[in-house]
Amino acid sequence: MPIQYYIAFAATLFCIGVVGVLTRRNAIIVFMCIELMLNAVNLLLVAFSKMHHAAALAGGGKNVTTGVEGQLFVFFIMVVAAAEVSVGLAIIVMMYRNVHSVDVNFLNRLKN
Amino acid sequence: MNAIITSAVCGVIMMFSSVFVENKKTYRHIAAVLLLLLLAVNVADTYGIRLFHIDTKGMLLFDRFGYFFNSIAIASTLIYVVLTGRDIEKVGTYTAEYFVLIFFVLCGVTILSSYNTLLMLFLGIEILSIPLYILTGADKRNLKSNEAALKYFLMGSFSTGIMLMGITLIYGATGTFDIYVTPKETITGQPAIVYSLLESAGLILMMISIGFKVSAAPFHFWTPDVYDGSPGVFTSFMATIVKAAGFIAFIKLFDARADASGVEANAFTGVDWKMLFAILIVSTLLIGNITAVFQQSVKRMMAYSSIAQAGFMLFALFSLNDVAKEGLLLYAAAYSLASIGIFAIMVKMKDHTFEGYNGLSKTQPVLAATNTIFLLSLAGIPLTAGFFAKYYMLASVMKTSGYLWLVIVGVVFAAVSVYYYFRVIQAMYFKDGEATITEEVSKGFKVGIIVLAGLIILFGILPQSLLQWFYF
Repeated sequence: MPIQYYIAFAATLFCIGVVGVLTRRNAIIVFMCIELMLNAVNLLLVAFSKMHHAAALAGGGKNVTTGVEGQLFVFFIMVVAAAEVSVGLAIIVMMYRNVHSVDVNFLNRLKN
Repeated sequence: MNAIITSAVCGVIMMFSSVFVENKKTYRHIAAVLLLLLLAVNVADTYGIRLFHIDTKGMLLFDRFGYFFNSIAIASTLIYVVLTGRDIEKVGTYTAEYFVLIFFVLCGVTILSSYNTLLMLFLGIEILSIPLYILTGADKRNLKSNEAALKYFLMGSFSTGIMLMGITLIYGATGTFDIYVTPKETITGQPAIVYSLLESAGLILMMISIGFKVSAAPFHFWTPDVYDGSPGVFTSFMATIVKAAGFIAFIKLFDARADASGVEANAFTGVDWKMLFAILIVSTLLIGNITAVFQQSVKRMMAYSSIAQAGFMLFALFSLNDVAKEGLLLYAAAYSLASIGIFAIMVKMKDHTFEGYNGLSKTQPVLAATNTIFLLSLAGIPLTAGFFAKYYMLASVMKTSGYLWLVIVGVVFAAVSVYYYFRVIQAMYFKDGEATITEEVSKGFKVGIIVLAGLIILFGILPQSLLQWFYF
């Protein structure tokens, strides 16, 4: 499949994530949208990695490792995302204990 | 390399000290000793004494600039811990863990000052950010702290997502994560225009995401709430060392990209980067300074002032020459030291509004006098470090022809900033009131804060005393 399809698909997923973050008010859903953005990136990274690998093979190389780093990056994103989830959910739970709500705007209203 | 590994190890040592040491007061002494060790190790590294021989395969590149910034960051953290260690103890019950997280943030800072691939940039930013999310929410029972942590976390990971998209697009265009590379080298079948488009889009996304991290307008909206909501001692850390590290990451990336294309920075990948940065600078200066004028609380004023100061640091990104790099180091030192001093005094105050400072000069003459020096430095008055910092920034823009108007805008907003800094001085010296502090300040704190003020005046009279270490 041509790379353009992957770019378009990943861009769509990414935009859904961005719009979700900007419009939704539930902290957990905002959080899910951020994960969606990260997964769009993962997908695109793997596609680019394949593309660069194929280009290197077509260039005449045998057993080339071009493009491996793209897939390696995906693992790092997964690890960091897991670390972020653990901290983020802890923060959301901390907030829930105090105000019994996970609404992002709830605290704003409380202040006024 | 010394600093990266040592800071992580120091964090682990701190963690274990919380198991074995019962006395709460010991933690800050342990932290200060470890920071001193970290500073020594980093200075040794600068002079070529390597403790660890690790082949990073070109992922990390250690240069004088990075070492020097590490030293500034570690020394500022040391001063921060010595001055405000007692207040860190008061935030919550997990004193040792706060110091652990500070060490992990420092690990991220040292990675950011030496990264050479986008992978390390990403890891550095995350290692820096994740401990900060926790520190922001350290005051667990306080709703404002909760809100700050949630907001900071959501905005932080959102900007991480944007940065990753940027990195991916750059990878797609260049086929590598190295920051020094030209798109032209790696064209593979597709027309060149597609690649330069991908790379420009990627770089713009990176610019947005690091703009979030250093709170440049229009990506600054989380800053006031987060800085206001989080415990004062951690605001101090966030607004100074961490922000300066963000700028180091920023300038390294764009400096490399400007080098890589082998032409003037404004020609790379077809986008007028100078203009983009100019817009970023003007809007940051405008929003930061104008909103700071209307604040009623010193803490919130400092949040907006940190946005305004970020606007000045962005001048270095705009001009990207040697003066700018030197100036950024001087600015990072001057701004960090002055802000740490102001926050250290602020967390001692009972009332954080301007009225709370009324008559401080009568009750606490030492605190009022040193606070005045810090505020003057932030305003950029001559004989303080802030003056030369601003001077270097504007001088770097002067070297870029055709942007004199930007210098004028900078000077005008520096004048505006004098207003809100002087409001605090006015409250301290010329208004009557009973400024109360939460507890009697110790002699050690007074000595520390006088030394800090002395440093700021020293750098203000002899900026070379700091910068000569850069060349020695």
